[in-house]
Amino acid sequence: MQKFFEFINQLDRRIIFIFVALAIILPLLFPLNIKFTVTEPVRGFYEAIDKVPNGSKVLFACDFEPGSLPELYPMTYAALEQMLKKDLKIIALSLWPAGPPLVEKALTDMAQNEFKRKYGVDYVNLGFKEGREVVMVSMGSSIPNTFPQDYRGTKVSQIPIMQGVNNFKDVKLIVNISAGYPGTKEWVQQVQARYNIGLVSGCTAVSAPEYYPYYQSKQLLGLLGGMKGAAEYEILVNRIGLGRRGMDAQSMAHVIIFLFILLGNLAYFSLKKKGT
Amino acid sequence: MRKEVPLIITFLAGAFFIADYFIPHTGFSDLAAKINGWAIIVLAASYILGVLNILRINYGRVAKREKDWILKLILVLCMFFMLGAGIFGGITEGTLFDWFFVNTFTPMQATMFALLAFYIASAAFRAFRVRTVQAALLAITAVLVMIGRVPIGETIWKSFPDFTEWIMNVPQLAGKRAILIGAALGAIATGLKVITGLERTYMGQD
Repeated sequence: MQKFFEFINQLDRRIIFIFVALAIILPLLFPLNIKFTVTEPVRGFYEAIDKVPNGSKVLFACDFEPGSLPELYPMTYAALEQMLKKDLKIIALSLWPAGPPLVEKALTDMAQNEFKRKYGVDYVNLGFKEGREVVMVSMGSSIPNTFPQDYRGTKVSQIPIMQGVNNFKDVKLIVNISAGYPGTKEWVQQVQARYNIGLVSGCTAVSAPEYYPYYQSKQLLGLLGGMKGAAEYEILVNRIGLGRRGMDAQSMAHVIIFLFILLGNLAYFSLKKKGT
Repeated sequence: MRKEVPLIITFLAGAFFIADYFIPHTGFSDLAAKINGWAIIVLAASYILGVLNILRINYGRVAKREKDWILKLILVLCMFFMLGAGIFGGITEGTLFDWFFVNTFTPMQATMFALLAFYIASAAFRAFRVRTVQAALLAITAVLVMIGRVPIGETIWKSFPDFTEWIMNVPQLAGKRAILIGAALGAIATGLKVITGLERTYMGQD
């Protein structure tokens, strides 16, 4: 036993890597279909969109880059599905430079291919604008002045969906998918508090704790934290997407990490007791 | 005058944008919107400075054939290639820029992020040693949240998600809110010091 604990105490990290890889790959190949229920912040996200009258315009701020795709794309697709089922008109944009192509792909897959919606009439991608919080505040004065053209180079004044849209008063809800700065925190501070508009957020798991104060104060009407949040949301939207498919792998990876922490501590105390 | 003019500009700009938050007058808002437009232009211009900075840093190293100079050359060439592809061919779906974005940048960045899972596992194994009471609290809470926030936690104990939500909503939130309020008060104090000219390090002075 002593030798085993010494081995654990000086474990090569590559062995940990192999176990983590297996814990992720095997459940993806052979799903366990572990059941789970929906938590309150996720239900809040769903209900906030559900309460928006059919056919209304919503702002879809996708503030992320490819690095956070695995966590944020499942909730992006699920949110698009819910909004398109309600026939909401989607005005999408990104405050991250590498965001617009990802938004464009999600819109093409969902709005154009799956729901057969028309670009410019049912949805639009305004693209990226540098300026972070300044862009948010500027949109409060005038969205067409802040984004004079969409991602495809068409003048906003010529896009049907943008007719009558001047500032935040002309959209019913802001749906933000956020990977960090600028993201949910800035939308709350610069827009929600100032213009008193409904805001829901989907974010990476690591940043979710930071947004809980805003959820409890109702500045955020709903919150999706990481892939688990996306998976719960997919249950409500009735969609089998990447979130739900990734849950078994995430469960197993967490169990493996827990077992390594446990083994590490057992080895630590055992060797400490023996004075090694 | 080299001191006074920047101080006056800072005071006027700071005071103006604080006032803008509280004055819903159209004329005032229009002026604020115009100045915000200037800020966006200035921020966008910083990209040009960024490109020039990359050139400045890497040119000397490539010219002197310093260590890894070939990688720096590739960096600069790729930068100009993507700039050219975007400017001359456009950036929308189906363009050369988009092809390279989807097939190189996206998988590379996603790969970098995915590697975090392995490093976090390794770091957790070494870092969560229960050496003190505080370390024990940290490790136990981390494990509870880690297991409670994945479906297997609910399989182990039906109320695990509710318990995890309680940890997030009560102890976590109390700590987070204290940090947020503290940081906000600090930001207000720093902002006031800059506006009133008590804080001048932004001008390159102590």
